[in-house]
Amino acid sequence: MELVLIIISAMLVNNFVFSRFLGICPYLGVSKKMDSAAGMGMAVIFVMTVSAAIAWFLDKLLISLGLQFLRTIVFILVIAAFVQFVELFLKKNNPSLYDSLGIYLPLITTNCAILGLVVLNSMLKLNFLEAVFHALGASTGFAIALIIFAAIRERFELYDLPKPFEDLSIALVTAGLLSMAFMGFQGMVK
Amino acid sequence: MADKNESMAWYTFKKGITSENPTYVQALGMCPTLAVTTAAINGLGMGLAVIIVLTLSNIIVSLIRKAVPKDIRIPIFITVIATFVTMIDLLMHAYTYDLWKTLGIFIPLIVVNCIILGRAEAFASKNPVHYALLDGLGMGVGFTLSLFLLGSIREILGNGTWMGIHLWNFKMFMFILPPGAFITLGFLAAFFNYIKIKREEAEKKRQQQAKAQAQKA
Repeated sequence: MELVLIIISAMLVNNFVFSRFLGICPYLGVSKKMDSAAGMGMAVIFVMTVSAAIAWFLDKLLISLGLQFLRTIVFILVIAAFVQFVELFLKKNNPSLYDSLGIYLPLITTNCAILGLVVLNSMLKLNFLEAVFHALGASTGFAIALIIFAAIRERFELYDLPKPFEDLSIALVTAGLLSMAFMGFQGMVK
Repeated sequence: MADKNESMAWYTFKKGITSENPTYVQALGMCPTLAVTTAAINGLGMGLAVIIVLTLSNIIVSLIRKAVPKDIRIPIFITVIATFVTMIDLLMHAYTYDLWKTLGIFIPLIVVNCIILGRAEAFASKNPVHYALLDGLGMGVGFTLSLFLLGSIREILGNGTWMGIHLWNFKMFMFILPPGAFITLGFLAAFFNYIKIKREEAEKKRQQQAKAQAQKA
């Protein structure tokens, strides 16, 4: 029950994009087309869940060695190495999946949602299962936000917007309205 | 020649604040921009941390740029950046504890702030040290001013205070909440875009007039 609550709270109540402000760059960057948004969403779900599991063990190791101040460096290097490894693995073993996800993988390394989640897990001192489920919920929430946003944004191309609002600013205002809608979930999980 | 060098240096510094402003023009580093600007002072603190990390990492990246093999440059840059971020994290924990607590998770996240890696990759790894230093300072100051502006607007409208000074009792709480961050930044971006468009139009007009005059003569 507790694990379900963790997923729902990470997915809807504390949505990474709308209330924690993590992963805004890919959120604004790859939301122009539905296909790429879905691809990015899937890639993030996979990478985030696995990195959370790896990072949990590393965090325990660093704590037992008393080297907690190295947390940031170790986490980012492990994420970067893991992403590189996944990219090579997919290229060799599953070219069709690589074609659909491949270009998003390098972008994920600098996605602050991944590092943010790993650091959050370590700050909240979650146990292993909680950490993995937190990652699952958060990344699914990110994918949902990205896909909803891409669906709205595709329609902007049909409308005649005032010139200064084109591109970035209308995207930000839309994100603000979506974020207001997601605030409706607040209070669902204490 | 000295004159040209001087103007080049000034341009390297200035472009980060105006024509290549990281927030409003390049839309980089959006996460901390939106998250920490609930008050002007938080925006300023975050901006200062970024100035320090960006300038120091630009200097180091520029110094080692000839020794770094091309294929593994990104992990090396990230390691350099992460080292400085860890130092800032520990220093802020020690000397500005309250600010450290408010900024929270966003201090370790300076590592993945795209401005810093972006400048290392696009500028510092290709230019000599003194230009890299100026570029880092300029981009950092541009980022800080953007955060300060956004933080000020949100604090004044949402809380009725500025830098902790009480102004009035009128409060629109929405501006402190996440939707307020997105919407305020959206309107600010539109405003700066409007100025840019107006300037370009004026420039075009001037060029056309000059052309017409030249033809007359």
